[in-house]
Amino acid sequence: MGPAVPLVEVTELCVSHGDLEAVAGVSLTVEQGEIHGVLGPNGAGKTSTVETVAGLRRPDSGSVRVAGIDPAADRRAATRLVGVQLQEAQLQPKLRVGEALALWSALYADPVPWRELAGRLGLEGLLGRRFDRLSGGQRQRLSIALALLGRPTLVILDELTTGLDPEARRDTWQIVRETRDRGTTVLLVTHSMEEAQLLCDRVTVIVGGRVRATGTPRELVGGADATVMAFTPEPALDPTELSAVAGVAAVRCEDGRVLVTGSDEAVLLVLERLHARGVRPGRLRVSDGSLDQAYLDLVRRPETARPEERR
Amino acid sequence: MTTHGREPSALERSAGARALLWTEARLFVREPGAWFWVLVFPTALLCAIALVPSFREPTPDLGGARVLDLYVPVCVLLAVLVAGVQTMPPVLTSYRERGIVTRLRTTPLSAGTLLLAQVLVHAVAVLVSVVLVLVVGRAGFGVPLPASPLGYAVALVLVVAAMSGLGALVTAVSPTTKVAQAVGTSLLFPMMFTSGVWLPVQVMPQLLGQVVGYTPLGAGAQALGDAMAGAFPSALDLGVVAGWAVVLGVAAVRWFRWA
Repeated sequence: MGPAVPLVEVTELCVSHGDLEAVAGVSLTVEQGEIHGVLGPNGAGKTSTVETVAGLRRPDSGSVRVAGIDPAADRRAATRLVGVQLQEAQLQPKLRVGEALALWSALYADPVPWRELAGRLGLEGLLGRRFDRLSGGQRQRLSIALALLGRPTLVILDELTTGLDPEARRDTWQIVRETRDRGTTVLLVTHSMEEAQLLCDRVTVIVGGRVRATGTPRELVGGADATVMAFTPEPALDPTELSAVAGVAAVRCEDGRVLVTGSDEAVLLVLERLHARGVRPGRLRVSDGSLDQAYLDLVRRPETARPEERR
Repeated sequence: MTTHGREPSALERSAGARALLWTEARLFVREPGAWFWVLVFPTALLCAIALVPSFREPTPDLGGARVLDLYVPVCVLLAVLVAGVQTMPPVLTSYRERGIVTRLRTTPLSAGTLLLAQVLVHAVAVLVSVVLVLVVGRAGFGVPLPASPLGYAVALVLVVAAMSGLGALVTAVSPTTKVAQAVGTSLLFPMMFTSGVWLPVQVMPQLLGQVVGYTPLGAGAQALGDAMAGAFPSALDLGVVAGWAVVLGVAAVRWFRWA
């Protein structure tokens, strides 16, 4: 299989829950061997999209192919190709870690030896522990292990690090990278910009059931008005005045600090304006835009707005 | 691509189903509430009834039988009823609520296997409980074993099928575990009545007895009673129980939702 053939192809996908249209025409491709992020606010349709890729949901219209297979029509083939860690999916409360791994091993024809996998994911000391006595991070590691046991070609990880402490998040990220490095393609659902920036090779941003942007994290940052400047104006000034400066995307006030987002050029123009007004920008900081900012720009911007209409 | 998972053979799939069955059996043993009501309570009730001296005396109204003798089938039916209506549905609805069912649907195993495993685990627990009731009745209180073992077995299998169907239907129509528990409890008492807990079906007034005879447990009680006494259960009683099993099973399949 050449690199030109995407592993996952979602074309014009629409999914409804009753009257609510959760996904309204999403198209995306996941290349073999990448970590692909699906990023968006809560309720954007991310989970509905990946559940359709896993074959758990039937599309209302549009098509989904995983390695050429329609996962809704050929469930058995799909379960062999795709490993899934679903948001908030639990296990039987009194099931022990080792028992869960052994059970899952019995469900697949050619599983990864589960003790080896448990060691890789740091579960070897927890094999006798019941599921309901695991911490959030331990549950997620077990979930990843179960998703990987069947040697899937694609693994879907939904909201993997939500609710984890920083150390557990970092450990989990490392596991995701190792999974990719071992040749499994990863489709990662997240609303954490930091996570997408640190982990993903490519990102698709979904807002309101539609694709807002797609590309590498670097491309997304570059395409946004992502330079941030922050200062304490002395004397105080009406921040709305800065909105009119060319290249400024957004101005907000936080605890007496003024935060201006915009192009590199806008930073210089804002400084000129402040100088002309005799306002001193105290504790001035200028930082490179993060995906965080790019994402907020993408999500907040009405789809039809033209740059000059933005504030 | 050759390193990735291949299609499991039929044999490997059945190995998966067996592993799930063992897992569910193990989890059942870890629920003291479940095995107390299914395995211990029916025999304990029989012992409690045997403590009443007059229940151990032959009663002319019952054709010389003892009240205690009539309560052996009642205790058996109680085990079947509690397992099907009270114990199994909340387990399945909680699996649905916690996303355990969805997680299993992402594996090569079909979700229906989970329902089947739960039905089998509860059926085996019921059979153990029935043996316990019969053995304690025989050894402790001299209640004769079923004189028609085949008739007894047929009636018992049909009753277990009907109550499994009812349990699956309760699971199907209950959106949450709380609802399943409420529905189960509200079914429990009227059905305990029809099984004869308060008044054995054989001694109910005629009209009441006839009506109860068309309920699954009322007909089941008569069938088990006949088999205890040595007759093969009547076709009507067995037909009523089998009919309920089919109707409840079809309704459960019709309305069952995994998500």
